[in-house]
Amino acid sequence: MATALAERLKATEERGDLFQIKWSGSRREPVIALAGNPNTGKSTVFNALTGLHQHTGNWPGKTVKRMDGRLELGGQRYRVVDLPGTYSLLSTSSDEEIARNFILFGKPDVTVVVADSTSLERNLNLTLQIMQITPNVILCCNLIDEAERKSVTVHKQMLEQDLGIPVVVTAARTGRGLDDLKTAVEAMARGTITPKPLAAHYPVELREPIEKIVGLLKSVYPDLPNAPWLALRLLDGDQGIRRALESGRLMEQLMENGAPLLPRSAETPSANPALQQILHTADELSEQTRNVLHDKFVESLFHDAHRIAQRSVSRKSAMSLWEGSLDRFLTSRIFGLPAMLLLLACVFFLTIEGANIPSQMIAAGLFAVEDALDGFFTTLQAPWWLTGFLVHGVYRGLAWVVSVMLPPMAIFFPIFTFLEDFGYLPRVAFNMDRLFKWSGAHGKQALSMGMGFGCNAAGVISTRIIDSPRERLIAILTNNFVPCNGRWPTLIMLASLFVAAAFPAGVASVAAASTVVGVTLFGVLVTLLVSRFLSTKTSLKGESSFFQIELPPYRRPQFLRIVYTSLIDRTLLVLWRAVVMAAPAGGLCWILANTYVGQQSIFARLSGFLHPIGYAIGLDGVILLAYIIAIPANEIIVPTIIMGYMAAGQMTELDSDVELKTLFVQNGWSVLTAVCLMFFSLLHYPCSTTTMTIWKETRSVKWTVVSNLMPLALAVAVCFAIAQTVRWLGWG
Amino acid sequence: MNAKKLSKLSELGSGERGRVRAIELTGMARRRLLDFGFVPDTEIEVAFRSPMGDPTSYRIKDSMIALRREESDCIVVERI
Repeated sequence: MATALAERLKATEERGDLFQIKWSGSRREPVIALAGNPNTGKSTVFNALTGLHQHTGNWPGKTVKRMDGRLELGGQRYRVVDLPGTYSLLSTSSDEEIARNFILFGKPDVTVVVADSTSLERNLNLTLQIMQITPNVILCCNLIDEAERKSVTVHKQMLEQDLGIPVVVTAARTGRGLDDLKTAVEAMARGTITPKPLAAHYPVELREPIEKIVGLLKSVYPDLPNAPWLALRLLDGDQGIRRALESGRLMEQLMENGAPLLPRSAETPSANPALQQILHTADELSEQTRNVLHDKFVESLFHDAHRIAQRSVSRKSAMSLWEGSLDRFLTSRIFGLPAMLLLLACVFFLTIEGANIPSQMIAAGLFAVEDALDGFFTTLQAPWWLTGFLVHGVYRGLAWVVSVMLPPMAIFFPIFTFLEDFGYLPRVAFNMDRLFKWSGAHGKQALSMGMGFGCNAAGVISTRIIDSPRERLIAILTNNFVPCNGRWPTLIMLASLFVAAAFPAGVASVAAASTVVGVTLFGVLVTLLVSRFLSTKTSLKGESSFFQIELPPYRRPQFLRIVYTSLIDRTLLVLWRAVVMAAPAGGLCWILANTYVGQQSIFARLSGFLHPIGYAIGLDGVILLAYIIAIPANEIIVPTIIMGYMAAGQMTELDSDVELKTLFVQNGWSVLTAVCLMFFSLLHYPCSTTTMTIWKETRSVKWTVVSNLMPLALAVAVCFAIAQTVRWLGWG
Repeated sequence: MNAKKLSKLSELGSGERGRVRAIELTGMARRRLLDFGFVPDTEIEVAFRSPMGDPTSYRIKDSMIALRREESDCIVVERI
């Protein structure tokens, strides 16, 4: 037993780095992969196994990249890899390719397929596919508690007998069955149980072509473990597999010893006659099978899945009543959209109201530290410029960002994650799809847009859920039009100071929240209009493609997980980014404001130069300069503006909102300035992190430039129109 | 064709059920539908429509899948 394990470990070590399978750190640990359909609680199983020992910037609901964690069983450490959730491994979308390549080339010692016990039949489709790639599969029927509530019974022994692999029944959120899962994983990794997976039933039409190619493959590589599956992929014209085979690396990866049986040559990949023969035959045969292959294969998989599920799953009633009623309400013709708006308004209201006091407390604390630092530097007799740069520039910039951003994020992100966990977000996409279809975009853009409320960079990453490159690019280019966390403080502050001031104290918060909702809706409108413009008038022209989305059952959110993921993975991640950006910007501000050329500081000169342009669009020179300095992070816009106005020449904390408003009014602000600034803040170019992310996701200089210039042009145009109209009417 | 009462999935009203007979789509859209379990003989029930009438959510193999009209137009079902 110990030798078997040692051998496995050695084999693991020798595996290569093909297809983005990058091993960081030690590879001596056996690898456990987690696969499964989306919405099966796979991440909960992952967290339960690894005890939350993972810290990645991953956004719940969507494993956008592979996550790694650690598990220790009987003194042996295991590496656990969470693969993207997929319905299949046959459609070659990017998610499926990542999952497929990892199972095929990463050769995990154990692959756990996490399935939803309430819809086991559909989940078996993926399970059967994975069993064709690797025999070392454990089926984990998760969400069994939910299944039991719906009177669904899973007969474990029957499933094991039919599938030929170990089956465990779990409710990962309550911890039920996890010990069974660990026992099964350990036994399989140690080689004490040998699965005998059900042989695939290939449809009649495909049997002969598959056998031919398998014969050829086996004549060259007699020990090939998953030849029929490879043959099927070749017949299906899978380019990834084809390229890997041509270059000779496929076999190198698949064979246990890692040594290529055939000479490998990178320059002339197709020179090998045996490989040529295989590919040629596959091409010829695929001519005959092309039209029926995918259909027939999936049909046969579902046929098997149906047969197995018939024997091993029994149910009384499928659908819970309250779920159906809630869905009919939340998506109804009359209440669907109002309910959505009301929820949005509540989220903003809670964020605005709740963040107020903690913000002030944090600010008080951090500025007390500043005074202490100031005193400390004076004691050291540090030169004035050092104290100024470090304490009044860098530190004060950081303090501003933390006190302004942390409380709203710590409230907004958990609420957002709560709605996500509950299963409401797919319903938002469902409700809004008609609008996105009109704009020529994808319904799932509603989801990436929603993510943009938190952070546009994260929103851009989350567009990976959109398959069509055209629609994905539209979603990327327009993500900036919804306000992110960095911009809310600006919007909220302006709404409170200049709009809410017109209302009695009792309803001021409501008025402020309504203003922010209004601005947000305008952002959504711009998103739709720009998407429509892009998909009708530009090179991104095209018809809206298809929309297929699963509406998973509503689930009781897990509070601990929400607090953990939203605080650690979201709040701190975004805050850290802001801190990294704000520190140098704070320092730069201080230098610009304290370096004099002639009578004026550089800051004053630059803002004077920008003033005519700023005035034309309802703003002023200081605001524009602040936008240039704050390109790295939107959060420091307002502090920079204030600093510009204060003769002190450094970012300042003002004691009350009244003083702040007085300062603005003294510098010529009116309601027009506030309104134009809100629109400018909403529409202007994305921050530097988002721009970097856009470049990483598109790898295109052109689209990255467009993603910056287009919003800027729009922001200038809208603000110009507002300012000129208002002044022409004599209101400004 | 009418002998078996074939119709488009989009023609079914809320709560009505049908059995998949054919999918008149190609490429990725077809593949995705197959992955969700839209294979011949599968039973589908119309669950509910979105506020603006489209897309519509269907119950299939114990899960809820929402499709746009363009797709449900191309799924041929036999009413049950």
